[in-house]
Amino acid sequence: MTSTAPVKVRIRGLRKRFSVKGRPIEALDGIDVDVEAGAFLCIVGPSGCGKTTLLRILAGLEEKTAGTIEVARDAAGKDARERPVNAMVFQEQSIFPWMTVRDNVAFGLKARGFSRRDRYAIVEPFIRRANLGGFEDALPHQLSGGMKQRVSITRAFANDPEMLLMDEPFAALDEQTKLILQAELLRIWEESRKTVLYVTHSIDEAIVLADRILVMTARPGRVKDVVDVASVFGRPRRVEAVKESAQYGELFGRVWGALREEVMGAQAAEAVS
Amino acid sequence: MRLRWGGERLLSVLSPVLLLALWELAARTNAIDTRFFPAPSDIFAAAVTLIRTGELWDNLSITLVRLAVGFLLGAVPGIVIGLAMGLFSPVRAILQPLVDGTFPIPKIAILPLFILIFGLGEESKYAIIAVAVVYLVLINTQAGVRNIDRIYLDVGKNYHATRWMMFTDVALPGAAPLILAGLRLGMGVALLVIVAAEFVGARSGVGYQIWTSWQVFQVDRMFVYLLVTAVIGFGTAVVMTFLERVLLPWKQP
Ligand SMILES: Nc1ncnc2c1ncn2[C@@H]1O[C@H](COP(=O)(O)OP(=O)(O)O)[C@@H](O)[C@H]1O
Ligand SMILES: [Mg+2]
Repeated sequence: MTSTAPVKVRIRGLRKRFSVKGRPIEALDGIDVDVEAGAFLCIVGPSGCGKTTLLRILAGLEEKTAGTIEVARDAAGKDARERPVNAMVFQEQSIFPWMTVRDNVAFGLKARGFSRRDRYAIVEPFIRRANLGGFEDALPHQLSGGMKQRVSITRAFANDPEMLLMDEPFAALDEQTKLILQAELLRIWEESRKTVLYVTHSIDEAIVLADRILVMTARPGRVKDVVDVASVFGRPRRVEAVKESAQYGELFGRVWGALREEVMGAQAAEAVS
Repeated sequence: MRLRWGGERLLSVLSPVLLLALWELAARTNAIDTRFFPAPSDIFAAAVTLIRTGELWDNLSITLVRLAVGFLLGAVPGIVIGLAMGLFSPVRAILQPLVDGTFPIPKIAILPLFILIFGLGEESKYAIIAVAVVYLVLINTQAGVRNIDRIYLDVGKNYHATRWMMFTDVALPGAAPLILAGLRLGMGVALLVIVAAEFVGARSGVGYQIWTSWQVFQVDRMFVYLLVTAVIGFGTAVVMTFLERVLLPWKQP
């Protein structure tokens, strides 16, 4: 990303302390980061370092303990129908088992007050572009894991948020499905260029998708390093082309270098406790 | 595999037939006391008579109406109160001790009180069934709401679902499997309670007929009405299964 793009999210000194049975647990210990509008930011870090917590705070599902989050709204009004600030794609299975694919995808639009006819018309092309055409009336239990995640992502895109928060959406999928969905995600994202904060534990996935990779320290989470990918791999981007290139290994080494000691540290801490 | 399955099915059909045949044989040869266990053919003959005179249908329909009215009077408030208790903690704080304190009372024990209040008419029957049903439905509904996976509430919140949508699109369908389980349990208990209530607190109905048949020692009639209760139990189970199919398509294999 060019540094001239306006900042969409400015996070300063973000802290989160949980209290478990009266004992404080520091999850986030002063996160500072700027995310440019339209940028795809990947967040990697050892497990338990607070990645999910960071997204949940941004999603309004968790209160922050300290710090500031400024989001530059595209348009600010009081109309419930206006574009929402964010939509979250959750790590675990989160589509409603009792709703059809169409109703799942249209959930956000329904909450915003669109009539049934309007919202079905709006979600139609999203469903088609996500290769879910023909499954509009299917129930989630009839879908494969990969298709369920497609529905979850499509639900977020169809609501047209200013910012997408994605928490390891492909973590539970097999390698081939993951490759296909990554390519799909890139294609759909490149059409809309929304600001994305994407958590992953896969360095490979981060390089393939990201403009910048934010590496977090072991818990309590801080920013360890920010690795620029956009200057190496431009857009539109092809998953295969990225993986075949020589710079891929270089980037991988850089991210892994930053991550390795944190992961080992986290494991040592786990062994002690 | 297929053959074995077919064979097992045959066995399942054969075993009751065989039992009936043995019973008939034992009765005819006086190997068992026919005063207590009349021959199946005699029971069948009694059933035919009861059907022909219309007596069976009269009593069956009376019991079915009591079941249906009492069940609805218990199930609807059970669902509403259960949802309220599951969703709103103040409601839970107020009602939980009352529920916990009164639930252990065997419901049939309240029958004399209800007869005192409502008399021997239909109302006392409705009331006793309703009370038996309301607890099971309420407790299951509440558990259904409270056990909804947090993730679905998070999705609702992240997408700014209104309170009403949280209720209609998340809480209600999320709790539906347990609500229906509660209704099924409630139906079973309702049948138990109505038969017992009709023993002593009614002048008609299937339970009343079982009781009077015993008192006048018409054991074949008693067996016919016992059979009727089995059919009612089976019938309500079929209805519940049908409801689950229709209301919970997402739970079907
Ligand atoms: N609701 C919660 N209550 C208490 N502790 C929590 C809660 N959510 C997360 N944590 C703790 O905060 C830390 C960060 O968790 P999380 O953000 O889920 O990590 P990550 O997504 O990076 O694996 C972990 O130690 C976790 O146990
Ligand atoms: Mg996580």
